[in-house]
Amino acid sequence: MSNTVICVENVSKHYRLGIINTGTFRGDVRRWWAKLRGLPDPDLKIGQKEANHQSDETVLALKDVSFNIQQGEAVGIIGQNGAGKSTLLKLLSRITAPTSGVIKTKGRIASMLEVGTGFHPELTGRENIFVNGAILGMSRAEVRRKFDEIVDFSGVEKYIDTPVKRYSSGMYVRLAFAVAAQLEPEILIVDEVLAVGDIAFQKKCLDKMEKAGQLGGTVIIVSHNMSVISRLCQRAILLKSGIVEYDGTSLDAIGKYLELSVGFVGYRKWDNSDSGPGNDTVRLKSIRVCTEDGKTRETFDIRRPIIVEFEYWVLKENVKLTPAFQLSNENGMIVFMSGGIHNSEWVDRPRAVGLYKSRCRIPGNLLAEGTFSIRAIINTMLWDRKPVIHLDVKEAVSFQVFDMLEGDSARGKHLGAYYGVVRPILDWETSMENGVFPELA
Amino acid sequence: MTSNIVVSENEEWTQIIRPQRAWWDLRLGELWQYRDLARLMVWRDFVSAHKQTILGPLWHLIKPILSSGVYTVIFSNVAKLSTDGLPPFLFYMAGNTIWSYFSTCLSGTSNTFVSNKGIFGKVYFPRLIIPISTVLSDLITFGIRFGIFVVFLLYFGFSSSDVRPNLYILLLPVLLIIMAGIGVGIGMIVSSLTTKYRDLQQVLGFGVQLMMYASPVIYPLSTVPAQWRWLLLANPVTPVIEIFRKAFLGVGSLEPIYLLYSLAFMLIVLLVGILIFNRVENTFVDTV
Repeated sequence: MSNTVICVENVSKHYRLGIINTGTFRGDVRRWWAKLRGLPDPDLKIGQKEANHQSDETVLALKDVSFNIQQGEAVGIIGQNGAGKSTLLKLLSRITAPTSGVIKTKGRIASMLEVGTGFHPELTGRENIFVNGAILGMSRAEVRRKFDEIVDFSGVEKYIDTPVKRYSSGMYVRLAFAVAAQLEPEILIVDEVLAVGDIAFQKKCLDKMEKAGQLGGTVIIVSHNMSVISRLCQRAILLKSGIVEYDGTSLDAIGKYLELSVGFVGYRKWDNSDSGPGNDTVRLKSIRVCTEDGKTRETFDIRRPIIVEFEYWVLKENVKLTPAFQLSNENGMIVFMSGGIHNSEWVDRPRAVGLYKSRCRIPGNLLAEGTFSIRAIINTMLWDRKPVIHLDVKEAVSFQVFDMLEGDSARGKHLGAYYGVVRPILDWETSMENGVFPELA
Repeated sequence: MTSNIVVSENEEWTQIIRPQRAWWDLRLGELWQYRDLARLMVWRDFVSAHKQTILGPLWHLIKPILSSGVYTVIFSNVAKLSTDGLPPFLFYMAGNTIWSYFSTCLSGTSNTFVSNKGIFGKVYFPRLIIPISTVLSDLITFGIRFGIFVVFLLYFGFSSSDVRPNLYILLLPVLLIIMAGIGVGIGMIVSSLTTKYRDLQQVLGFGVQLMMYASPVIYPLSTVPAQWRWLLLANPVTPVIEIFRKAFLGVGSLEPIYLLYSLAFMLIVLLVGILIFNRVENTFVDTV
């Protein structure tokens, strides 16, 4: 027996748009009666195979989706709006049935597609814990056993006998998540519910889910928050208009997603020496950002170095060239610029015609979390005057930096806001100079 | 990590989701697992209905007394309808008590899908839990109303010799099952159809009212002209109301054998209801 706990085989889901039936009860009955007697649909035109409202107003929310999930895996499901993420979760949590295909699961599934489903505003927190627990499939005895844990986790013990309609939205979410978190299901399905609640509570929830994963639980998360996905999931499935576009490690999937959704590219190339940006002195062949071992990426771990790599054709003999770039953050602020002037071997060396590659290493723990883009420049330095610019590509490549919140980045264990354009880890020293204040002595 | 691995068929899956379930697959075992939910739903409905009311559950006492009083004034004092020689107030109260159990079951279940679409769209549990908890909630309400009825029955029983409760009282559970079954059966059919045709809910309001006038709630069957009797007898709740009155008040013109018709009607309508409901619950989220 393998450890596959979820097996999705060729699952498709159609939705019919617009008018669902013939429009009248009479029409539906007539059609149904004809179907029952094996006659063709009375509303069809001759030669038509299917009523037209059926064929042209169907939307395929999922097309032939197949994947397996092993026990203990944490899998993120990402994709743009309308890619089919929510539909997939609805099928997995049995809210609606697929149009075709089979989904097999092993073990108790708890799905949180919404926070506080079934919470009744008039009932108190205590009462709602029981009702919500039962809706999620817990028995009353089970809820009673875990009641203290739930209240403790939610942190609303002071208001536990107040109707939840008087709760702040944060308290509401915390209580609701607390119930689901204590369910300890074999498979937990979570849809974007962590978008609410403060960062400390989010962390608590993430820890809980992580722990569930370590204990052999399987977690499936839909989120638009890529740092949640990258932190929690080793694997992610990228959906694009109903099909599985990518299924693999979460950082790769996130990169593909960013590429799809915001036109993020970590790699750009031009096929020959006439088409790339530049002039008759130098032309860009490619530019990319990659990891130290040469993997092109759109997503980087904050602790790891980022390599910016230029490839360019030098078309004229004996020119001195310096590649350079400006790194801007999402606010358009230039974080820094860097250039080949530090590359002492090449900075003043006239070059022969040919293909060159220049690399710059941005160390880990330098950039803050966020989105960055690189403006690529190749110029000839004239030192006492403005340089001659051969090429200048704005937003040549872009990438995102994530903090996995594992405690060894610059933010340490701190989870709240962390300011600054850069985030270096600097050395700190403290010593005790004197144990007694002279005035007091 | 890779997709498209073909997993052997003979593994022990706990759950296999296919486009359509077999129509006879009612998943009763699962229903049993969720029995606590039904209980909590009943409790939730009861508790939440009385939050922020001054009189709380007292309303269950006030409503039947008021409506029986109104019936007494209008139908007996003003319209001078016969009550088979029974005290009018008690006559109407008896009819009302049993009828209202039926009508609350019916209207309660008839909007199962539409009024619960929020929760149904977000979490899975056996959908049949909702109609079941409706019936149980209504049973509590019935219990309270029945209690008041018994109080008045005792009061009138001592003051009037026309009231003669008898052994037919033992049929009460059967009467309740029939009423609940018919109510829920029709309710489930209506709720399944309203996922597509929302107008049925409007129709239902009239339907229930018509059904009440075509049943012996406000007049005894004995006063109905012979050529119209069939109409009342065709109504499956007629025998139940008549037998209820016969059991507790001692007056009624139907033999208990007529209950068999109601029972058969109930079984059919309940079966059809459950099957349609079961079919619709799979994908109703897409259409509702």
